[in-house]
Amino acid sequence: MLLEVDAVGRSFGGVQAVQSASFGVAPGEVHGLIGPNGAGKTTLLNLISGLVRPTQGTIQLRGRRLDGLPPHRVAALGVTRTFQNIRLFPELSALENVIVGAHRTRRAPLWPRLLFAPTAAREERAVRARAAALLERVGLAERAGERSANLSYGEQRRVEIARALAADPAVLLLDEPTAGMSRGEVEAIARLIRDVAREGRAVLLVEHNLELVMGVCDRITVLDFGKVLADGTPAEVRADPAVIAAYLGSDA
Amino acid sequence: MGQQIVNGLFLGSIYALFALGYTLVFGVLDILNLAHQAVFMLCAFLALTLVSLAHLHILLALPLATVAAGLVGILVERVAFRPLRGRADSNVAGLISSLAVATIFESIALGLWGPDVSRFPLGTVPERQLHLGGAVVQELQLVIIGIAVLMVLGLTFLLQRTRLGRQIRAVAESGFAARVLGIDVDRVIALSFFISSALGGAAGVLFGLAFNSISPDVGRSVELKGLAVIIVGGMGSMPGAVIAGFGLGLVETFTVARFGSSYRDAVAFAVLFLVLLVRPRGLLGQAATRVA
Amino acid sequence: MIAALQELFLTWQSAIGFVGINGLLALSVYATLSCGQLSLANAGFMAIGAFASALLTQHTALPFAAVLAVAALLPAAVAVPLGLPVLRLRGVFLAIATIGFGEMVRLGFVNWDYTNGALGLVGIPQRTTLPVVYLLLVAAAFLFWRLRGSRHGQALEAIREDEAVARTLAIDSTRYKLAMFVLGAGLAGLAGALDAHLTFMVAPSGFGFGRVVEMLVYAVVGGITSFIGPVIGAAFLTLLPEVLRVLGELVGVEPGPLRQFLNGAILLAVILFLPHGLASLPRRLRRWRERRKGVALAA
Ligand SMILES: Nc1ncnc2c1ncn2[C@@H]1O[C@H](COP(=O)(O)OP(=O)(O)OP(=O)(O)O)[C@@H](O)[C@H]1O
Ligand SMILES: [Mg+2]
Repeated sequence: MLLEVDAVGRSFGGVQAVQSASFGVAPGEVHGLIGPNGAGKTTLLNLISGLVRPTQGTIQLRGRRLDGLPPHRVAALGVTRTFQNIRLFPELSALENVIVGAHRTRRAPLWPRLLFAPTAAREERAVRARAAALLERVGLAERAGERSANLSYGEQRRVEIARALAADPAVLLLDEPTAGMSRGEVEAIARLIRDVAREGRAVLLVEHNLELVMGVCDRITVLDFGKVLADGTPAEVRADPAVIAAYLGSDA
Repeated sequence: MGQQIVNGLFLGSIYALFALGYTLVFGVLDILNLAHQAVFMLCAFLALTLVSLAHLHILLALPLATVAAGLVGILVERVAFRPLRGRADSNVAGLISSLAVATIFESIALGLWGPDVSRFPLGTVPERQLHLGGAVVQELQLVIIGIAVLMVLGLTFLLQRTRLGRQIRAVAESGFAARVLGIDVDRVIALSFFISSALGGAAGVLFGLAFNSISPDVGRSVELKGLAVIIVGGMGSMPGAVIAGFGLGLVETFTVARFGSSYRDAVAFAVLFLVLLVRPRGLLGQAATRVA
Repeated sequence: MIAALQELFLTWQSAIGFVGINGLLALSVYATLSCGQLSLANAGFMAIGAFASALLTQHTALPFAAVLAVAALLPAAVAVPLGLPVLRLRGVFLAIATIGFGEMVRLGFVNWDYTNGALGLVGIPQRTTLPVVYLLLVAAAFLFWRLRGSRHGQALEAIREDEAVARTLAIDSTRYKLAMFVLGAGLAGLAGALDAHLTFMVAPSGFGFGRVVEMLVYAVVGGITSFIGPVIGAAFLTLLPEVLRVLGELVGVEPGPLRQFLNGAILLAVILFLPHGLASLPRRLRRWRERRKGVALAA
């Protein structure tokens, strides 16, 4: 497994948001994480990305402990994410947002830039080109210069995905990437997710759109009241009586 | 010893009143009102003028000046804060706009009363000394402590028991939610400024009476102490401001007695600094907000 | 006549010197503002730079360049252990903790007999020259200019916009914030040394809360969307009182209170009506003129 979540728990005051959750994600796999509102999905992504510390359990990436690391170290190791409540840098353009996402991949020191060395300009051009290519990949090539606050809801979500991809992550965490999107947009995102996995990245996908989840995921973990209710292929999960009772039943 | 305690409580009562007003506005708007010290100063001058030129009794001048200070507070909110509401940088911008207003107020005071120290006429306040179990205490000190305590109790009653108090607390909790509940948020904010500035102004009059020296920059020294007090007490926390205000008064008084007056001012900031390092949101501050 | 001209030049010469020094101070506050941190420790750092440089000049034979280097490095060194705990604080809390630090530095000097307590040091040789001031100002501005748009500059912008998100993109925000805090401390220390060697004296009273607020006001009035704003703001607000004074003399108005009143009113007007500061004025005017032209065409 690339990403291994083992018996992880987190409580906020009295609320046990996540309880002893365990699952793993392999490279090239799209792993769904579903569950009713308040099941603890976002909290799990927060735990993995280091924004929230677990009160129990361990999280490992290629055998390295992630839990307890600050978010920037987790990201540096190759885990990036999007946010359920879109969190773009509002004053920056779409392209600039994606360029910031590339921070992890950049090592250029400052002094060549102070001396106007051509290497610095070359590196910056290369990063811009890469960011532009990513925007094109999410279908936003012509919106690159727009202030991100002026983009539509769906466009903003796609910029967030491009920004997370710019870091060249081994694991991509997506928190409801299609919320508020049109049908056509959702299909494009589904294709994008498959493509990203084909590049060998692991994708952990939190989603309420079950059609998308069932169509795109290799495996699915179902969360309910912070606990793992079921874990398996889409077909297995769909057939699981506990899942039907607790989740599909109540949601349908 | 007893005397030091009275001195400390007396100084602390002024800090507490000043800080209460400060923290009330912070609680409601999450903004520091740097014009608070200027209202403190203006109100002291106003009371002085009422006493020395209009020959009013101080017990009449004090409430009049206090109400006037409250009105000035409403003006401050109109001019320096309301236009910024909703702006992304309203935090820093509010700091600076209220500073600008403070500068303007100070210039007005400078023009009207001059740069030198002004004093209340003789006989404005009781000058009797009382003997309380060995300690010599000014009657004035006790009166000031008494007035301050009454105002703190009044504010507590207002916030806990009245409709307006409940509305202020609702707005402090979440301006958006309060609006949804149908509360006239603009009115509540304006009234909070009225109360806040009235408290600050009353503190200014008491300060002027206590030290009998008022000048256009008199508020500045109290301003930083007030900041220390509301931080140590926990931003937005009223009980915290009162406790920390009296606490600072006592600590300063004992520091002067032990180490000499040159260390008095340093104490407030040393305490402030340490508290922030240990409890980043103050002793009675609320928990941090969610990150994602 | 010649004497009058000479005096005029001398008064404006020092004013021009202060424009440069205040520009450095404004940039020192801008350093932390550029990553969204409102730190107000800079009057304290300035005091450290000023006193250290003055003592060095008075007691050693070090060349001025070395004195300036110490004046920058010493506060920068102090900023590291101070910044590590303090920069964890957010928003107003950071502002107030750093005000606390500044006041402790000031009161420390007030209580330190070696530097004559509240009186401070006097008779410091005048070594600050306009070329030195402006060389340093240009160097600092150059640094900010080249930082902008670089990987690091973009990381700073990201931290300013949303620190938590920046961290999830592998940006070590603590390091960046600390770096800018240290840079700001160095610039403030440098400005302190230049100031001490321009005015012949250093006294703790010059490094109070009012001083750091002044720096902040320069930066915000000029505009903090880029490094140019703070420099413009410092120049404008440093020259404004001089201009008002001259105008007042011409019109024959009592200066003190009215000048202060105008200072406050202008500050308020800029903050309310020019949210991005004076530096955004040309762009605003252009847009306004275009709109008027548009109306004229439509009519
Ligand atoms: N920082 C926090 N502080 C307090 N409680 C929290 C915090 N984060 C999450 N919770 C609580 O943990 C529980 C799980 O929340 P979480 O956001 O993880 O659910 P979710 O599965 O993402 O729900 P949704 O589908 O609505 O996004 C909720 O009860 C929530 O209120
Ligand atoms: Mg969620």
